[in-house]
Amino acid sequence: MQDVVLALLTKEPSHGYDLRQRLAAALGPLGDTLNAGQIYVTLTRLEKAGLVVQEREDAPVRGPRRKVYALTAAGQERVAAWMAESAGPRADVTEFHLKLVAAGESGLADPVALVDARRRELMRSLAEAQRAALAHDTDSEAGLLLEGIALRLQADLRWLEACERAWSARRGEGGGNG
Amino acid sequence: MRTVVPRVRGRSSRSDTDDSPRPGPYGRRPAEAPGPALRAVGLTRVYGQDESMVWAVDGVDLDVPAGQTLAVTGPSGCGKSTLLQLLGGLDRPTEGEVWLGGMRIDHLGERALARLRRRSVGFVFQAYHLMYELSAAQNVELPALLAGASPRAARRRAGELLQQVGLAGRARHLPSELSGGQRQRVAVARALANDPLVVLADEPTGNLDSAATHDILRLFDELRAAGQTLVMVTHDERVAAAADRVISMRDGTLADDTRLDGDGRGMRHGHDGGTGLSHDGGTGFSGTGLGALLRWED
Repeated sequence: MQDVVLALLTKEPSHGYDLRQRLAAALGPLGDTLNAGQIYVTLTRLEKAGLVVQEREDAPVRGPRRKVYALTAAGQERVAAWMAESAGPRADVTEFHLKLVAAGESGLADPVALVDARRRELMRSLAEAQRAALAHDTDSEAGLLLEGIALRLQADLRWLEACERAWSARRGEGGGNG
Repeated sequence: MRTVVPRVRGRSSRSDTDDSPRPGPYGRRPAEAPGPALRAVGLTRVYGQDESMVWAVDGVDLDVPAGQTLAVTGPSGCGKSTLLQLLGGLDRPTEGEVWLGGMRIDHLGERALARLRRRSVGFVFQAYHLMYELSAAQNVELPALLAGASPRAARRRAGELLQQVGLAGRARHLPSELSGGQRQRVAVARALANDPLVVLADEPTGNLDSAATHDILRLFDELRAAGQTLVMVTHDERVAAAADRVISMRDGTLADDTRLDGDGRGMRHGHDGGTGLSHDGGTGFSGTGLGALLRWED
C-alpha cells in the first residue's frame, strides 16, 4: 500500500481524496473496502518516514485548500526501487496489478516490460513445479501439492497474457504507433 | 508499405542429405557436427497479396542447439504453427533461410525435401494423424519402411519405441482402440522411428486431458534427458514450462526468449548410456523458485 501510494504521487503532488479516487478506479469492486481513513493513515506514516511532505495547495477554483502531498527525494528513491524489484513468486494478482497501474501512471517503468519480467519469473517457477510434478506420482501427497502450485502459476501466467494485451494496446495509443 | 523482395538464393553444392543410418535408440548418438540443430535466418512467410498481405512469420532469427527442447508460445494467429511448418520443411518461406543439421533446406526441391523430412524430422500433431487402418506397431514401422529399412529392422525398432512410450502391450491395437493419450504416444513413437535430428510437435497435448498430458510431458522429459532436439508449439503454459527454453511470438516476430534450464537443469551430462528415464534435477529445488512459494509463518 505504501509503495502504491508513493508511486501515485510520482507524476505530481496530490491530496488524499484524489489518491483514494485513483486507487478505487484501479481496484474496482475490490476497492470498496478501501476507506478514506486508510489512505490518510498511510500518508501519515509515509510523512513520518520522510518519504512524503505536505504542501499547501494553491488556491483552488472553489472549495477549501487541501493538504497536498509530494514525494521527497527519499520517497522517489523508494518508488524507483519498488518498480525495479521483482514482485516475487508469491505476489498476488492485486499487488501486481497495482504495480502496473502505478507504473503506467507514473511513467517510472514500462508496464509491458514489467509483465515480461514477471512472465519469465513465473515461467521459471512453473518449470520447477512442473518438473517436480513429473517426478512425483500425481496421486501422492507431494504430487497433489505440486499440481495445485502448477495450476496457480498457470492461472497467473494466463492473466499476464491479458495484461500484456491491454497494456500493449494502451502503449500503442500513447505512442501513436498503434 | 512493405514489399517482399525475394532473396536471390545461392545453390548448395551439396547434392543430398546424409544417407548413413543413425545408430541405436534415440538420443544415444554422439553430438552432431557443431552448430545448431535448427537455424532460421530472417525467416519470413507472407500470405495473400497486395492489400491483404499478412506476415505470418516476420523476419525470425532462431538457433536451436542440438539437444535443446524449445517451446514456442503465443496467442492464436501469432505465427507459431507457421514457424514450425517452415522449420520442418512443410511450408516454404517467402524470404529467409532454414538450416537443419548444418544444411540449408529451404531451397531444396520437393523430392529432396520430402526425403529429408522423412529421415531427419519427426512430426507430432495435435490430432495425432495416425493411419487408422493400421495397428499401433504398423504406424510406428511405417516411417522406417519408407526410409528404406528392412521390414525386420522396422519391426524391431517399432517394438523398442512402443516399449519406450509404455505401449508395448498395445502394439496390435488399432488407433480406434486406444485413448487419446495412447494415440499421441504412438504418434511420438512414430516421430522417433528414424531417429530424427529434430522432433517438431504442434500442440501435442491440445486434445488431451491432464493425465494424458502428464504422460506426454514425462515422455518429452525422457527425450530431453536423452538429448533429443525438440521444438513444440503450445498454448499451454505447463507444457511450455517443461522445455529448456520458451520463446513467445507476437505478430510473427519473437517477443521474448526465456531460458528455463538454469541452475542444475538442462546440463547435458553426455550420453551416459542410462535408461533415459532419469529426471535429473526433477526434485532438486534449485534457486529461489519453489522454495520461495512457501510462506512459513509461526
